[in-house]
Amino acid sequence: MAKSKQAALIGEVGEAFIANYLKKKGYAILAQNWRIREGEIDIVALSPTGKITFVEVKSRSSLAYGHPLESITREKAYRLQRLALAWLVSNSKFGADFQIDAAAVIISPSGGVEIDYREAVL
Amino acid sequence: MTIGVTHGVSLIGLSGTLVQIEVDISDGLPHYSLLGLPDLALMESRDRVRSALVNSRELWPNKKVTVSLSPAWLPKSGSNFDLPIAVAILAAQEVIPIERVVGSVFFGELALDGRIREARGVLPALISLLGSQIKRVIVPMANAAEAKLVSGLEIIPMENISELLKWLRSGIRVEVNELFPPLAERNFKDLSDVAGQLEARYALEVAATGGHHILMIGPPGTGKTMLAERLPSLLPELGEKDALEVSAIHSVAGVLKERGLFSKEPPFIAPHHTTTRTAMVGGGSSVLKPGACSLAHNGVLFIDEAPECVSGVLDALRQPLESGQITITRAIGSATFPANFILVLAANPCPCGRLSGRGRGCTCSSLQIRRYLNRLSGPLIDRVDLRIKVEPPTRTAFASGEGGESSALVRERVATARLRSVRRFKSLKISRNAEIPAFALRNEFKAERRGMSLLHSEMDRENLTARGFHKVLRLSWSIADLAEHDLPLLEDVQRALSLRDGMDLFE
Repeated sequence: MAKSKQAALIGEVGEAFIANYLKKKGYAILAQNWRIREGEIDIVALSPTGKITFVEVKSRSSLAYGHPLESITREKAYRLQRLALAWLVSNSKFGADFQIDAAAVIISPSGGVEIDYREAVL
Repeated sequence: MTIGVTHGVSLIGLSGTLVQIEVDISDGLPHYSLLGLPDLALMESRDRVRSALVNSRELWPNKKVTVSLSPAWLPKSGSNFDLPIAVAILAAQEVIPIERVVGSVFFGELALDGRIREARGVLPALISLLGSQIKRVIVPMANAAEAKLVSGLEIIPMENISELLKWLRSGIRVEVNELFPPLAERNFKDLSDVAGQLEARYALEVAATGGHHILMIGPPGTGKTMLAERLPSLLPELGEKDALEVSAIHSVAGVLKERGLFSKEPPFIAPHHTTTRTAMVGGGSSVLKPGACSLAHNGVLFIDEAPECVSGVLDALRQPLESGQITITRAIGSATFPANFILVLAANPCPCGRLSGRGRGCTCSSLQIRRYLNRLSGPLIDRVDLRIKVEPPTRTAFASGEGGESSALVRERVATARLRSVRRFKSLKISRNAEIPAFALRNEFKAERRGMSLLHSEMDRENLTARGFHKVLRLSWSIADLAEHDLPLLEDVQRALSLRDGMDLFE
C-alpha cells in the first residue's frame, strides 16, 4: 500500500490513543494489529463486562476529506466481520460474545486530539 | 434525536402528490439511505444536500441518516426534494424550530453553495396543493412570479439555504423587490403581411371561429407557413383559467420562461417533421413530459411538410384530436395532459412540389403523387374539416397588397362570431362549432332546408360520408356565424362544401 510516512505515523498514533483510551476504561488489550492474509484488525480488547471487542481505528489529520468513519464502506464492514470471526477461531474463542466498534481519531497539526468512539456499529 | 418531518410535492404529469419526508438520525457509522423509490437524480440529492448544508455553515450529521419519502410506493423523481430533505435533516438534529416547518411545503433543487435553484413544474405542483392542509410554500426565488400565479397559498420565495434558515429560526425575511415582468403587448405576426390568398385567409378565419383543423396544400414558397403562423393572432386572448392551464403545461416541460409567465397568447407550436412520437404526444421514463400537442393546448399545432412525418407520428395525434387530451402511461405511472389544439397541416402537392396551376415542370409520376399524399392517413384527414389549396399569389395581388386586412380586424370578426356560437350552445358543454355533437347537428343544429337537401344529395351521390356530412355542417355553422346568419343558409353550406373539398386529391 502506497501510504505516505506521515499517514502511517498518524495511523499508528491514532491506534495508540485508542488503546490507551480503552485501557483507561478498564479494557484489557488482547491484540494489536492482528494481521492475516485477509486483512488486519487494529485492536482486540476484552471489555470490563467480558465481551471481546474488535476496534477499527480511523485516523485523520483534519476533517477536510470528510469524517474518518465515512471511509468504512459496506465491503470493509463485512471484511471486519469475517476477520473478527477468524480471530475468534484462531484463538479458540469461537462462540464467545463479541462486538465490533469503530473509532475516529482526529489529530490536528497543532497537537489537539479528538476521539469519536462508536460502540457496536458494525 | 427526534424525527425531522417536512413536506414536498411529487409531480407526475400535471398532477402532484403531497409527499412526507421523514429523517431519522441514529447512532452508527456515517451512512445515508434514501427510501421511497427515488430515481437517479433524487438519489444524488445526498451529495447536493450535504455540500449545500456544509457550505452554509450548518451541521451535517456524521451518523446514520435515514430519509424516507412517503407514500413509499409512489416512484419519485427529480431534484425538487433537495430542499425538504435538507430542512428535515436539520429538524431531526433539532437545530431549527419546527413551528414554521409544519404546514409548509418546500420545493427546489440545491446548488452546492447553498443557493436554491430554479425548479421545473412549480405551477402545476402548487395548483395540486390547493385544497390540502398546506397553506405555505417555500419556492426558489427564480420561480417566485410563477408561484404567485396561484392564489390561496402563502408563497415564500428564497434565494438560498441561509436565508431560509434565518427565516425558519427568527421569522425574519430578507425583503425582496419582486420584479414582475411587465405584461407583454400582444406581439404577433400580423395577417396584413400576407399578400392576396383570399381563400386561405378566409379558411383561417373560419378555423379560428369554429376551432376547425385545417390542411393546406400548395407548392413551396406560396405562404403556407406564413399563413399558419398568423392563425394564433386571429384567436381571442386566453381566459384566466385557460392561460393558467397552458402555463402549467409549459412549466412541466420547463419552457415557461420562453413562453412568458403571464402570457395569454394562444400558443403556436411547430414541431419539425422529423419529430418523434414521444416528442409529439409526450412521454419519458422517469419524468413524464408533455409533448408538442400538449404545449399547443388552447392554441395551434402546426406541422409543416406533414407527409414527410415519420410514420405513426401523425396518427398518434388521433387520440388528442378526438378527446382533447392525451394519456401517457409509463412504468412510473400515467399522466393525462390536456391537448385541445387547432391542427394545421401543410403539405406540398407532390414530392417535387411543382404540381400547381397547370402543373408544368412537375416531374412526379401519378403513382408518386398518390403515395406522397397517402402518407396522411385517411382517419387523420377525416378529422380535418378544412382542406384548402394554397396557390401562388397572383401578380396583381402581390403588387397591390390586395386584401391586406390586419389580424386585429379579423380577430374582432372572429370574436363576434364566437359570441354568437357560444350563445347558441347554452345547453351544451362545448365552446366551439367544431365540437358540436353529431346528434345535435341532426336536430337543433340543422342548416336551412335547402342547405340540408344539398348535403343529402351529396351523400346520395357518394361525394360525402356520414362523418363528412357532419363536418360540413359544423363548418357551415362557423361560416354562418361569421356572416351573421342565424342559421346556415344554402350559400353557407355551399361554401363549407368547397372549403372541405377544396381539392379532389383525397377523394
